[in-house]
Amino acid sequence: MYSQALNTPTKLADTSPEATRFQDRIDAEERIEPNDWMPEAYRRTLVRQISQHAHSEIVGMLPEGNWITRAPSLKRKAALLAKVQDEGGHGLYLYAAAETLGVAREELVDQLLSGRAKYSSIFNYPTLTWADIGAIGWLVDGAAIMNQIPLCRCSYGPYARAMIRICKEESFHQRQGYEIMLTLSRGTAEQKAMAQDALDRWWWPCLMMFGPPDGQSNHSDTSMRWKIKRFTNDALRQKFVDATVPQGHYLGLTFPDPDLRWDEAAGHWRFGDIDWEEFRRVLAGDGPCNRERLAARRQAHADGAWVRDAARAHAAKQHAKAA
Amino acid sequence: MASTSITVEETAERGLLLARADDALVLGHRLSEWTGRAPLLEEELALANVALDLIGQARALYQATGLDEDALAYRRDASGFRNALIMELPNGDFAVTMARLFLVSTATDLYWRAAVADELLGPIAARAEKETAYHVRHAAEWLVRLGDGTAESHRRAQDALDLLWPYTGELFEPAPLGPDPAALRPAWEAAVAPVIARATLRRPADGWMQSGGRSGRHTEHLGHMLAEMQVLPRTYPDARW
Ligand SMILES: [Fe+2]
Ligand SMILES: [Fe+2]
Repeated sequence: MYSQALNTPTKLADTSPEATRFQDRIDAEERIEPNDWMPEAYRRTLVRQISQHAHSEIVGMLPEGNWITRAPSLKRKAALLAKVQDEGGHGLYLYAAAETLGVAREELVDQLLSGRAKYSSIFNYPTLTWADIGAIGWLVDGAAIMNQIPLCRCSYGPYARAMIRICKEESFHQRQGYEIMLTLSRGTAEQKAMAQDALDRWWWPCLMMFGPPDGQSNHSDTSMRWKIKRFTNDALRQKFVDATVPQGHYLGLTFPDPDLRWDEAAGHWRFGDIDWEEFRRVLAGDGPCNRERLAARRQAHADGAWVRDAARAHAAKQHAKAA
Repeated sequence: MASTSITVEETAERGLLLARADDALVLGHRLSEWTGRAPLLEEELALANVALDLIGQARALYQATGLDEDALAYRRDASGFRNALIMELPNGDFAVTMARLFLVSTATDLYWRAAVADELLGPIAARAEKETAYHVRHAAEWLVRLGDGTAESHRRAQDALDLLWPYTGELFEPAPLGPDPAALRPAWEAAVAPVIARATLRRPADGWMQSGGRSGRHTEHLGHMLAEMQVLPRTYPDARW
């Protein structure tokens, strides 16, 4: 799904000729490629961000996977299965992009399973009704797009190229999710109630996806200078709110925010205070589903160990025969 | 409250289409249950691909009956389903899943090839055959890896074949319309044997073969699968999704 802004600050003290030339290339909007010289901190920041993003795609398969076997029509079942498969594909491209920076996928997966790596907080919320599948597509993929479109111009080539491909699919997911919400909100009273309940539960966590407010987020400067990040968390959040509120109104739904109002002068939708306490709690591991999500990934990994061993053993035997 | 079930006026043509459609849907559903649980990320994608192909085939076949595809999938009771029993068995471990996909797809691929010339099935068969040929290759590769891999994977693969074998006879029961499944058996044997040999596995002996799916007598597993799959359309019968 998307990389949450969780990065920690890094110093930019390097004034060596390589470092100067590196920054000049970035300023000239040149792409940095895997074999180019890059500051160690740039590499680390990217590995962290890309792998968090990859983990988010993989963990993100779980809440939606929860409804594949209960999708209410064959068309919806196929679409949801294909969507969740796309997210797995995103994870795969992103792990591959991270590997160009000299880390192995196994190592990154290990960081996820051991609880050392982060993934987007949004996937620690449960999918309780079918409408959640609509809400995730509409809102979560919608928020992902806001974050990811600028990443298509990220200074690191392999990440930027992965994002171009991913963004196309995410916007398809967003439209598909919105269409589920539209069908529900034009449906029976029970379906409308389902759609409203989903918006009530997903709205605030989606706003949190953009990360802490600019005043509290200390990492942005370096990432901006390196053109890994191009807009601040608050700017992206506002963009998302402005795009999404009219869509919700078109559905005839009410946003769970009494302070939401149109600011004519500024041309923005103003929204109420985000509960950052909840955000920190979920990031720290105490969201409704953190334990289940991690347990599910660990279980799949452990259950698959004998299969991966078998594949390796067979490949080794084939190799020995060929030699 | 009135029942939310439908009963289908089953002509011979519909019976043929439903048997093939239900095979595809039930196996596709089972494979979709692997989402988030696969042993490798690459396999997560491959299993979803196969499941999507099967669900797509099921939809085309249901539509060919002239009835509503969702009514057929979501409003029939277990006794109205015409799939072979092997499709509905639980996934088991990865060896059971792959051994089933191999045994079934090898039979289905032969069936679709024979059906290309069939008036009723022909248009669907051509595309389904291409997809199924890929399923056979993918599952055969895994069966060989598992059989040949480690002592544990060998044991699991052999257990899987032994478990599934008594359900393979039903795949070749004669049918009143369309290609004759019984005639495909020798070709199936010839296709399956070399893969089992390459996998260093033993072909189980042909004993008693389980049967009943085509006439609606299913295993205990199908009812549970349908209870989950059909829950929304059954709970909200007036809703459109
Ligand atoms: Fe994604
Ligand atoms: Fe997506």
